[in-house]
Amino acid sequence: MTTHIKVDATRLLCPLPVIELQNTIQPLMPGDTIELIATDPGVQYDIPAWCQIHGHIVTQQCKQEGTFTFVIERGDLKANMAKSSS
Amino acid sequence: MSKQIKAVALISGGLDSMLAAKTIQAQNIHVEGLNFFTGFCVEGHTQALRKTSNNKIKRNNALWVAQTLGIKLHIIDIIEEYKDTVLNPKHGYGKHLNPCLDCKIFMIKKAKQWLDESGFDFIITGEVIGQRPKSQRKNTMPVIANESGAFDRLLRPLCAKNLPETLPEKMGWVMRDKLYDFSGRSRQGQMALAKQLGITDYAQPAGGCCFLTDKHYSTKLKDLWQSRQCRDYTLDDILLLKVGRHIRPNERFKLIIGREEGENIYLMGYRHQFTHLKPSSHTGPLVLIDGEPTADDIQLAARVTARYCSQQQEDVVIEVTEPRGISRPLTVKPLPAEQVAKEWFV
Repeated sequence: MTTHIKVDATRLLCPLPVIELQNTIQPLMPGDTIELIATDPGVQYDIPAWCQIHGHIVTQQCKQEGTFTFVIERGDLKANMAKSSS
Repeated sequence: MSKQIKAVALISGGLDSMLAAKTIQAQNIHVEGLNFFTGFCVEGHTQALRKTSNNKIKRNNALWVAQTLGIKLHIIDIIEEYKDTVLNPKHGYGKHLNPCLDCKIFMIKKAKQWLDESGFDFIITGEVIGQRPKSQRKNTMPVIANESGAFDRLLRPLCAKNLPETLPEKMGWVMRDKLYDFSGRSRQGQMALAKQLGITDYAQPAGGCCFLTDKHYSTKLKDLWQSRQCRDYTLDDILLLKVGRHIRPNERFKLIIGREEGENIYLMGYRHQFTHLKPSSHTGPLVLIDGEPTADDIQLAARVTARYCSQQQEDVVIEVTEPRGISRPLTVKPLPAEQVAKEWFV
């Protein structure tokens, strides 16, 4: 069974939404998901960038009336490390 | 199989830390980045709230650097812990409220802590001797290494040849002859190295990466401390100092006036914490009142608000809303420009 967590990062200026995501995702298992909502336009770049360098997957991203919503799936870090070193 | 040597790099988002990390990566060292969020960072998107910044890409440059280098970046919130550095810097302030030397010591100390917890071997920074008057001098380099507790596990690849050998060099983890001897304020050497490494896009922050080096910002922080008769701050305090026009007509209250749509939207987020003013008859800014204003002060605040409306010749209706949501209209005449005293502007 996977876990799904909602993170409200509205009103937070970057990099705080990234820090929220980073702290929330750490104890999760591969395949668990986070829905993050933010209002700082900077998240449009920062969230996908942070996910990419840490091996997590942005499965959904949308913008509606100044609010940005992301669904992020926790990546399998061990598998990613093995893949990158092979 | 030999152990993979690992270095943690302090990544600010600027060119120097990028070059330092890339130099060490090139020596087959595994590098990960650390970026500390103090609340005073210019790097955040506070400025991106303004429409005038719309032509710039809204991105965190430290993340961009990490992505470009293909390294992990860990962003650490140090807002609370960092307060003591700002309020009681052992080595004093720079030109404004910037405690640069204490700040660097604090960050290296945090990096050393992270290194110990994460099983990394040494720390790298983009420091260059002589580049910053307060913290990047030949005589402060050992102070940072010693007072942070990093000692010879701190390597500055861009100026290493001007400094004593560090542990990574002594151990043969990195080759000293592939490090650099940059010094001084000129960036020519770094720019040439960037070109050589194929780095063509990098942030060029004017005046450093911290709002505490900014004269106007420091003045606003001093005003905040003076008005509250207390040298302390919250994250909201220091973020709000970055946003809007700040006007203090008297010691009882200050106005924070949105300058653009982006700032008005941001300030709206504080409407449950502050009494706020918003013109309903005309287009105009959102204004927060910070302090304990009297009824006359509210009247004055409304007239100042009206002054920043689209039409300044007519009566303006200003909605005054308390934090708990109770709202009332005030019809006022805009305060003439000559009655807005220069010394009110913080």
